[in-house]
Amino acid sequence: MQAETALGRTMLWFVLFLVSIVVVATAADGGFAAHAVIVALVCFVLMWMSASRYDPASKLNSFFKMPDTPSKYDDDPIRWGVLATMFWGIAGLAAGLFIALQLAFPQLNFEPYFNFGRVRPLHTSAVIFAFGGNALIATSFYVVQRTCRAQLAFPGLARFVFWGYQLFIVLAATGYLLGVTQSREYAEPEWYVDLWLTIVWVAYFIVFVGTIVRRREPHIYVANWFYLAFIVTVAMLHIVNNLAMPVSLLGAKSYSAFAGVQDALTQWWYGHNAVGFFLTAGFLAMMYYFVPKQAERPVYSYRLSIIHFWSLIFLYIWAGPHHLHYTALPDWAQTLGMVFSIMLWMPSWGGMINGLMTLNGAWDKIRTDPIIRMMVMALAFYGMSTFEGPMLSIKSVNSLSHYTDWTIGHVHSGALGWNGMITFACVYFLVPRLWGRERMYSLRMINWHFWLATLGIVFYAATMWVAGIQQGLMWREYGPDGYLVWSFADSVAAMFPMYVLRAFGGLLYLSGAFVMTYNIWMTLAGKLRDEAPMRDAAYDAEKDRPIVDTPTSAVPAE
Amino acid sequence: MTMTERHKKLERNITLLAVCTLITVAIGGLVQITPLFYLDNTIEKVDGMRPYTPLEQAGRDIYIREGCYVCHSQMIRPFRDEVERYGAYSLAAESMYDHPFQWGSKRTGPDLARVGGRYSDEWHVQHLINPQAVVPESVMPQYGFLAGTELAVGDPSATLTALSRVGVPYSQEDIDNALMDLFLQADPDAEGDLEDFQRRYPKAQVRDYDGDPSRITEMDALVAYLQMLGTLVDVDSAAAQQELAQEKGR
Repeated sequence: MQAETALGRTMLWFVLFLVSIVVVATAADGGFAAHAVIVALVCFVLMWMSASRYDPASKLNSFFKMPDTPSKYDDDPIRWGVLATMFWGIAGLAAGLFIALQLAFPQLNFEPYFNFGRVRPLHTSAVIFAFGGNALIATSFYVVQRTCRAQLAFPGLARFVFWGYQLFIVLAATGYLLGVTQSREYAEPEWYVDLWLTIVWVAYFIVFVGTIVRRREPHIYVANWFYLAFIVTVAMLHIVNNLAMPVSLLGAKSYSAFAGVQDALTQWWYGHNAVGFFLTAGFLAMMYYFVPKQAERPVYSYRLSIIHFWSLIFLYIWAGPHHLHYTALPDWAQTLGMVFSIMLWMPSWGGMINGLMTLNGAWDKIRTDPIIRMMVMALAFYGMSTFEGPMLSIKSVNSLSHYTDWTIGHVHSGALGWNGMITFACVYFLVPRLWGRERMYSLRMINWHFWLATLGIVFYAATMWVAGIQQGLMWREYGPDGYLVWSFADSVAAMFPMYVLRAFGGLLYLSGAFVMTYNIWMTLAGKLRDEAPMRDAAYDAEKDRPIVDTPTSAVPAE
Repeated sequence: MTMTERHKKLERNITLLAVCTLITVAIGGLVQITPLFYLDNTIEKVDGMRPYTPLEQAGRDIYIREGCYVCHSQMIRPFRDEVERYGAYSLAAESMYDHPFQWGSKRTGPDLARVGGRYSDEWHVQHLINPQAVVPESVMPQYGFLAGTELAVGDPSATLTALSRVGVPYSQEDIDNALMDLFLQADPDAEGDLEDFQRRYPKAQVRDYDGDPSRITEMDALVAYLQMLGTLVDVDSAAAQQELAQEKGR
């Protein structure tokens, strides 16, 4: 870095640092002040970095064994994205295990900062937006370059997207613990954090579309349609659902633009499509690139991908009202939501079929390739939860399941099974390629990870089915005397064994992620574990021959 | 031309693809959400509904801050068991001043839409400080710090102004008197015109809530909010029952 530019940057960070200090001093509440402190700290660190022309990036690069040689594609933000995915994944899963234990053992609540009500949004945001979001950004940058045969359009902006998104995560997460929240599910960050995310998201859109514009291929590959739908729709949902009036421009608190029933439907229009476009469309994009790559087979059906893309994005948007069955939302809206949710089953399974049938002619890889096995399990869970979802959206089923743990189980079979598994598989695919290694350190550890995760999900989903149905039945059970049989507290007490077993399932899933972290760490270190290969059918060339009758001296017949 | 041939136009043009995607995803929301701002049964007014008092709104802010919505719903569905357990089913109008709505999606704890007046203030205080002492089966976290934390009153007029900007019908009088109203509701002996306050906020409950009249704590505000939940609309009156019986569209 030139001395002049270093000086200029130092000045810039210094000015921003001063502004943050002023904001800290004048903030109207503690949460806003704390966030301003974080921004000030970031500015200070950056100022110090440019001032001393000290280059910690190179130290970090060598710590994470980043390759020195420049890649053909712009892979640096993708490597950071993979590392961030793993970091936030572990953090989010650990937070989930913690709150699962809190529900079984309420003594684990530490007021005020670590009470369940503050940590649960931390868990959901960490796994959806930090783990899932980083996986989406990293893979989209990887896929869009490869399928367009072009480097990222704006390399500087791409780095801003990555680091700006990490700042969003830190502000959101610390905000929940400090009580800075809008209490809108999956849209908890307050107005200024939302504004920051909007800026980052626009930059993301520019980098992604800019790269497609620079493409050297005439066609835009199907994975990119899904990434595009994810980026565009999330922008629309985020902006409309977070319309709010701040109490003060120097305070965290704001009030939503809409109230009551309008607010409820706007929120679930957002909330359901956070699932539909963040956790489905974006992850289907990952599926459409990485499954064919790992299977070394072309996508099963081009025509099916067209049909299921347009029908999926059209139908998903309508499904939001099924979160509001039998509430004060008008009946027609509920029914509309239910009907579209059931129709949604078809395009969802269209995606699953397109993914699974891609393995046509390569089904043996489920046995020999643990990464393919993870992908297939992810698609199987995708298919299962996109069947369970429409079923739960039927009003009469929903009258039992709504407000119970069944919903929690449904979400987790999708999140752990589909999103988690496909992300793990993609990371296993990416790490050796991004760091220039022959393969992952250990394929057998991937196999361990697969079984730990699968068993974990089985424990989780099964216990939550039992818990949810039991809750629903206990709440509505009448005795022969015509009175309700159970008090609410009875139904809480009945959940204890299920909550403990659910936490055990979460522990298994988390341990799988730890195995993965170790595996990645050793791969980065350039090591290859000496182990028996996964395909271990014995082969003996000596025995591989026809049985030929050897001429023997004739034994005379009696 | 086959469908796949026609689709090639979209696949080769990023602008066209992005615009078509945006149109496709915008339709559902527009059709479902827009009518809710015009239809009678989603914007109807019901006798008794009024905006929150400054103290109740402060309690609501604490309810939101602590994330109570992750375990408690505020939406009673029209089923026999729910109506017997929690009270008359919730009306759209009852959350018309809720920015944001707090209907919730999960009942790890019971519904709170009509919890107001069901328990004494003392019960709420003890329960919030140590839920397991009152309900042994409970898995609710402890909120003892609320009793020890003085309410950061700040500027309640600013709160009411922000709310009126998004459509809550606070009068200028309400906004000007917000600070005084807040103290008055938690302590009837405080300075201010009690009658005027109760005229502007009918059915407002005026008393010290947390058992410590010397100061206003976060516990005061939260209990004031909990004690008014579901109490504004007289669902048991004959007229209201008739209206409920006639209500359509649900």
